[in-house]
Amino acid sequence: MPLGPAGCLAFKAVPARNMLSNFFQLGDYIILKPEILLSIFGLAILLLDLFLDDAHKYWNAILALAGLAFAIIQVGLFWEAAMAHPGFLPYAAFDGRFTLDFFAIYLQLVILAATAIVILISVRYLEIEKAHHGEYYALLLLAAVGMMALAAGTDLIVLFIALELMALSEYVLTGFLRRSRRSNEAAVKFLLLGAFSSGLLLYGMSLLYGIAGSTKLSVISARLAERPADDPLSWIAMITLLAGLYFKIAAVPFHQWTPDAYEGAPTSITAFLSVGPKVASFALFLRLMIGCLWPLRQEWQALTIGVAIATLTLGNLAAITQTNVKRFFGYSTISHVGYLLLGVVAVGSGPSGRQGLTAILIYLLVYAFMNLGAFAVVVMLRRKNIIGDEMNDFAGLMSRAPLPAVLMVIFLLSLAGIPPTAGFIGKYYIFLSLIETRHYALAVLGVAYAVVALYYYFRIVALMFMKEAQDTVPLASGPGLRLALAVTLGLTLFIGIYPEPFIALAQQAMRPFFS
Amino acid sequence: MLQTYGPLLIFAAIAAIFPLATLWAAKFLRPRFTPTGDKTIPYECGIAPESDARGRYTVRYYVVALLFVIFDVETIFLFPWAVQFRALGLFGLVEMLVFLGILAIGYVWLWKRGAFEWV
Amino acid sequence: MPLSHVAFLILSAVALISGGLVVTRRNPVRAALWLIVALFSVAGIYLLVKAEFLFAVQIILYVGGIMVLFLFVLMLVNVNVSVRQAPFNRQWRVALATALLLLAELAYGFWRGAAPRLKALAPVAAPSHPLGNTQAVGMALYQNYLLPVELVSLLLLVAMVGAVIMAKRRFD
Repeated sequence: MPLGPAGCLAFKAVPARNMLSNFFQLGDYIILKPEILLSIFGLAILLLDLFLDDAHKYWNAILALAGLAFAIIQVGLFWEAAMAHPGFLPYAAFDGRFTLDFFAIYLQLVILAATAIVILISVRYLEIEKAHHGEYYALLLLAAVGMMALAAGTDLIVLFIALELMALSEYVLTGFLRRSRRSNEAAVKFLLLGAFSSGLLLYGMSLLYGIAGSTKLSVISARLAERPADDPLSWIAMITLLAGLYFKIAAVPFHQWTPDAYEGAPTSITAFLSVGPKVASFALFLRLMIGCLWPLRQEWQALTIGVAIATLTLGNLAAITQTNVKRFFGYSTISHVGYLLLGVVAVGSGPSGRQGLTAILIYLLVYAFMNLGAFAVVVMLRRKNIIGDEMNDFAGLMSRAPLPAVLMVIFLLSLAGIPPTAGFIGKYYIFLSLIETRHYALAVLGVAYAVVALYYYFRIVALMFMKEAQDTVPLASGPGLRLALAVTLGLTLFIGIYPEPFIALAQQAMRPFFS
Repeated sequence: MLQTYGPLLIFAAIAAIFPLATLWAAKFLRPRFTPTGDKTIPYECGIAPESDARGRYTVRYYVVALLFVIFDVETIFLFPWAVQFRALGLFGLVEMLVFLGILAIGYVWLWKRGAFEWV
Repeated sequence: MPLSHVAFLILSAVALISGGLVVTRRNPVRAALWLIVALFSVAGIYLLVKAEFLFAVQIILYVGGIMVLFLFVLMLVNVNVSVRQAPFNRQWRVALATALLLLAELAYGFWRGAAPRLKALAPVAAPSHPLGNTQAVGMALYQNYLLPVELVSLLLLVAMVGAVIMAKRRFD
């Protein structure tokens, strides 16, 4: 890479000399480099896979990880450049349609890391499922490109195309196990409901364009502020946008696709769905609601309070009775979305309101790693001739495989929000922001449901420690799974014990919205 | 408006009138008797049809149709670029080559994966 | 009445009537053919408002591409069976309610659009391009929106890969 972080600045300082066209400068190219790298690796995997025999398919995974590593390094360099030269960020590339700011960088790093962990846990699983094709990794990388553009997009068209790039890859990956009826059915359901929600979102976007005459979020926001408070057109745009977004993040009452898609998808993809697209969809939610529909904040927050309560209630209560692990984690994800929406409710313009956004960003980071850790253990339960996605497959795990069992306990503790794990930090900041913005009732409700969550997460712990083992087949394992467990465990504990640097990062990341 | 699209309108009108007029004229030219026997069977290159045309088609056509729509969308993107080819210049050309390059990789993949093979 | 108004009335009447025929035909193939008529007349309306590019997209993509896909899907199921089935399932009430809601919204938009309070804030008229519509779309797509265009290329690639993975019998 001949152009280091300082190069970015140089190009910004003298744009005229380096203009490739009025609408594309070398600086824009540099800003887009992580996405370009990922795309190139994705395309290379697609082609290389044609020449790999079954025994060498793991090269696809290695290539995908290499691509992700390059992208992570590049995004990290942006962060470093921005710290060294304040004023470098936010960088509005492509005529202000793609904005690299700390918010984008932060979420891009979470998305890239999550995708890398998903690839680590996929290799062994796909071998067992006999579905080890290069297309799997190519689609994951292209989905990551879409998710990264979602985090940085500041234009309706960019955001929508990025969303569809992510969503289309998700549908295909959900149905990737072609011999499995469940996988196919899940993909069809997911596709139909996903397309419907995209339609709703697009309708809201078209109204915004009609109001503002521009697809740029900044222009739309300014135009919305000029309109009267009871303007029905803005309201309809807001409601349809919210409905589409609630679909994408799986908030009640638009959550129905979640348990079905999670149950049918390959387990490694369930892990991916519960983390990567969730983070990216929240990025879209925040970009649209805070970055664009800020003038209508009171209205969408009022709606979100109701949705958050419903999401928490349904997610937590439905999780209690599940017998399938993947469905269980589907409902558990819904309950975490409920907590994130509580954070959305707490967002405001004052210093205490900013805390709400910080809390969401920390929660997303923490949730990504603890959930992927738990899923890594679930993936290990899939062995030859054992599907391993029922709750009872956890029975007696402690006596059979003590290390994964103990790791699972730690991840479950973190998901329930018990100190000193990372999950506690996430929930703590959500509650703190609620209390500081005087949403006492919501804070109490959140704590109450945390107790319920403790109960159902401990069902798995009880199964692992108290019950007799059902089979003696050793768990699936491999270097990828071990590395994924080590990374997720390390971060879950490290963030829990020493959260300060991560909180500082999150505080930096939420600043672009309030400058 | 009318100057620009007048010829098009005339073209559409002729296209609509011609088959109707032909059928109408045929009514007077053909011998008058009610068709019987083989004459009532749909014409299929002179050989008696084997089965009802409204039967189920094989699902393999579906992949073909899907791929057709995808490449159709690609064509749509070529169209506005082509009419502004000079104004967009070399930059536009490179842009289009990237666009087509990505899809060309997809095409190679389709070919090698056997997506164009019938079975 | 100017000629363009007459043309608009004819085209919209054809679009409405053929749209009604689409949802009431028992034979799905006939419904699909009526849909082509409806799409053509909407294309004509696009031409009337000087959206020539949209006109081309409507014909090439919708009439040429998506209708072919529709017909293929219809032919995958047995037409003779579907003719005997009731054309409406239980969802028609939901569909009707949604359509009425949309109608109310549009009517309100037209009615309020004339109110002076909102007129001041109404979006500025579409910029008049010295170029033709297709040329203007070309400039916008390949200059202002070059990033989404390249993303669309990736999106189409994913669609291609997805179509083959999901629909091809002997993929493995």
